[in-house]
Amino acid sequence: MTGRDSGSALLSIEGLGIAFGGVKAVHDVSFSVKPGEIVSIIGPNGAGKTTLFNMISGIYLPGSGRVVLNGKDVTGMEPHLLARRGMSRTFQNLQIFQAMSVLDNAITGYHLQESGSVLADMLGLPGSRRRARAAREGALALLARVGLDRGAEREAGNLSYGALKRLEIARALALSPSILLLDEPAAGCNAVETEEIDHLIAEVAAEGVAILLVEHDMKMVMRISNHIVVLDHGEKITEGDPMQVSRNPAVIAAYLGADHADG
Amino acid sequence: MPLSELLQFLFSGVTVGAVYALVALGFTIIYNASDVVNFAQGEFVMLGGMITWFAHAAGLPLPLAALIAISATAALGVAINAFAIEPARGAPVVSLIIITIGASIFIQGAAQLVFDKQIHSFPAFSGDDPIRIGGATILPQSLWVIGGALAVFVALWAFFTHTLLGRAVLATSNNRLAAQLVGINTNFVMTLSFALSAAIGALAGVLATPITLTAYSVGIGFALKGFAAAMLGGMGNPKGALVGGFMIGLIEALTAGYLSSQYKDAAAFIVILLVLFFLPQGLFGRKSTDRV
Amino acid sequence: MKLTPKFATLLTLSLLIALTPFFFPSGYYYRVGALIFVNGLAVTGIVILTGYAGQISLGHAGFAGIGAYACALAPVHLGLHPAFAVVLGAVVSAAMAWLVGRPILRLKGYYLAVASLGFGILVSMVLNNERELTGGPDGIDVPDLGLRGLLKDMGLTLTNGEFWYFFGGLCLLVGAWLALNLYDSPTGRALRALHGSEIAARTVGVDVARLKLHAFVISAVYASVSGSLLALQNKFVTPDVAGFMHSIEMVTMAVLGGVGSVLGAIFGAGILTLLPQVLTVFAEYEQLVLGLVMMLVMIFLREGLLPSILRKLRGTGE
Repeated sequence: MTGRDSGSALLSIEGLGIAFGGVKAVHDVSFSVKPGEIVSIIGPNGAGKTTLFNMISGIYLPGSGRVVLNGKDVTGMEPHLLARRGMSRTFQNLQIFQAMSVLDNAITGYHLQESGSVLADMLGLPGSRRRARAAREGALALLARVGLDRGAEREAGNLSYGALKRLEIARALALSPSILLLDEPAAGCNAVETEEIDHLIAEVAAEGVAILLVEHDMKMVMRISNHIVVLDHGEKITEGDPMQVSRNPAVIAAYLGADHADG
Repeated sequence: MPLSELLQFLFSGVTVGAVYALVALGFTIIYNASDVVNFAQGEFVMLGGMITWFAHAAGLPLPLAALIAISATAALGVAINAFAIEPARGAPVVSLIIITIGASIFIQGAAQLVFDKQIHSFPAFSGDDPIRIGGATILPQSLWVIGGALAVFVALWAFFTHTLLGRAVLATSNNRLAAQLVGINTNFVMTLSFALSAAIGALAGVLATPITLTAYSVGIGFALKGFAAAMLGGMGNPKGALVGGFMIGLIEALTAGYLSSQYKDAAAFIVILLVLFFLPQGLFGRKSTDRV
Repeated sequence: MKLTPKFATLLTLSLLIALTPFFFPSGYYYRVGALIFVNGLAVTGIVILTGYAGQISLGHAGFAGIGAYACALAPVHLGLHPAFAVVLGAVVSAAMAWLVGRPILRLKGYYLAVASLGFGILVSMVLNNERELTGGPDGIDVPDLGLRGLLKDMGLTLTNGEFWYFFGGLCLLVGAWLALNLYDSPTGRALRALHGSEIAARTVGVDVARLKLHAFVISAVYASVSGSLLALQNKFVTPDVAGFMHSIEMVTMAVLGGVGSVLGAIFGAGILTLLPQVLTVFAEYEQLVLGLVMMLVMIFLREGLLPSILRKLRGTGE
């Protein structure tokens, strides 16, 4: 393994593992992510990438190991509490609020900032409206950043797949996260859309946000990652910078071998 | 004598518990096959009793009347699946709940019009002479109910574990997509599950009516108690349905005997709350893991 | 001024309330209107719980029963003025909703449906059984609110029907205004988000269980106040107010008219309140019709009548 200084890590994954019905989906995975760093998790289908993501983001309860965020053990913490601690994520299969407008979808990202007393909300008190207005302004700015500000009042369900992926990222950014988990952000996107997301991710990282990425698009991964972690059959087989990983024979074997086995 | 009194309550608890176990089993079969909680399950019990009474009062011999009741109800179960559940496949949980409650109300309303609003019954299968055991009495019909319930559970267990069709049903309930991929006709499995569930409910009604009597409105009560039993045992677990049913029956009978006969029906509701507070997965259930 | 949905709804309701009396052939219609408003208030609560937050309660009439019997019993046994009895009913309902909802709303949807079903049946059972306290199945008298008399003293004379029509209409407007404020507020957005995707809502920081509980408690208060108004305007109440069929009626009204829309649900309440007035045989067919409506709407017209009609009028898409 490469000698990495994990002292300044924002997110530290230590020996994380989980089993479903006796099958070890993820076993003893460890790595770390620094602020402003882009770390990608790659591996053949079924390698356990999304499972790993779900454990880190509180959707699955890990069977073993630890997740340490900003020095605090947050293993198994619920997603809404992780959000408070600066973790934000997008979803492989898009979890957009279909019946709400594009703008409302983005505003929900500001939930932690805009939420206050239910009573104040029902009475339409000035404080409640002020908070809502601030959230709305922030959301419009974010939508402009991802190119979705026109037609923001449309129902989200009407948008194209690529646009919805960008909407999810906008929503995730609204939390002003210290770490952003992106689950296949470029999946299903054409070359132009992929490049836009590419730029967006680089911009966000440049602002100091740590980025953890699961992605199949190898060109994109090699292009933007500072560090790559390779999984196969639920275990980490290697990690390193893009150059090291692309030359690693074990990695090549995992991909070719997986193709072989899938038949 | 207090002991014979206790025994009396136990007998009645086991009897009514057997009915609840069957209702819970019906819930379980449909829940396993389709993730739907079928609120119309209680109406199947009602129809089993009402149709049997109706046919018998019209002159048919009791066994034939019962057979007609069970078959007609099974057919209704299939119809509910075909016309109310299948068209809404993939709808949010709330929509499906409203649909099955709507089906339940609809059936109640129809029963009210087709039959009437009176309480009905029909003769017990082997007479009314109570059997004396240990200072308490038990009706022969109670033995029919308990025996019938156990027979159904055993038959279903054999079906699910020893026949190809039964194992196909189990496979579908485990993973519908995988089952389809290996060539199982999942639509048929769904239809079969509803038919089976409805038939079991109707059988419960047929067995129980000589003791509990029947009327157009008894469905909801059975549904609530059957559901309490299924939850207590662990939603989706047939063994749980059996144990849960008998437990609810016993709790109810003991409540009626020692606390208040007016509020015995509340016992099931209290059990639901307690289970949800302290043991949401039930006695035999597994804790679920969320899936994205 | 832009015609926001909130403004349009409140304007429409106000106009309907103010102008329809000019078309009343007789004073009887004030009573029908008052009943529609009472039902409308209850279903507005259902809109918040089921339309916004996507949760289902099959026992909401239990809360209506608590509100109704609070008005019957508190003045007699606790010496409370009926107006405070309404508040007491609302507080008790809120507390019960909190107690029942807290453990259950952490679990899947159908658990609330069953638990609420049981709750409603339990309330109904208590009201029926405790004859000495509640009068049992025969019902119990409810004291006068006293507001009509107060207005008379101030120079405004209204018949009983007229008073309850306008007072009920006012209560409905307030209830609708609160619900509409909620829709476009931070809390409302969080509710609609968890309805859309619980997983994603959690991820943006929404405490899903807590918010569902808020919605359940708020809707219980709506049902309770609705029950109180019903009891006060009839000056009499029976345990049917907490009965299973009343719970079903509330849900069906909301679903028929449009469970996600305040105006739609009130519209549904209007239709199903008027139906028995128009079809005297309705009582016999009520269950059949309600059951059928629930199934058909959920299979074919999930949004409900009003939103679908508005959509057709506006033309599809943008």
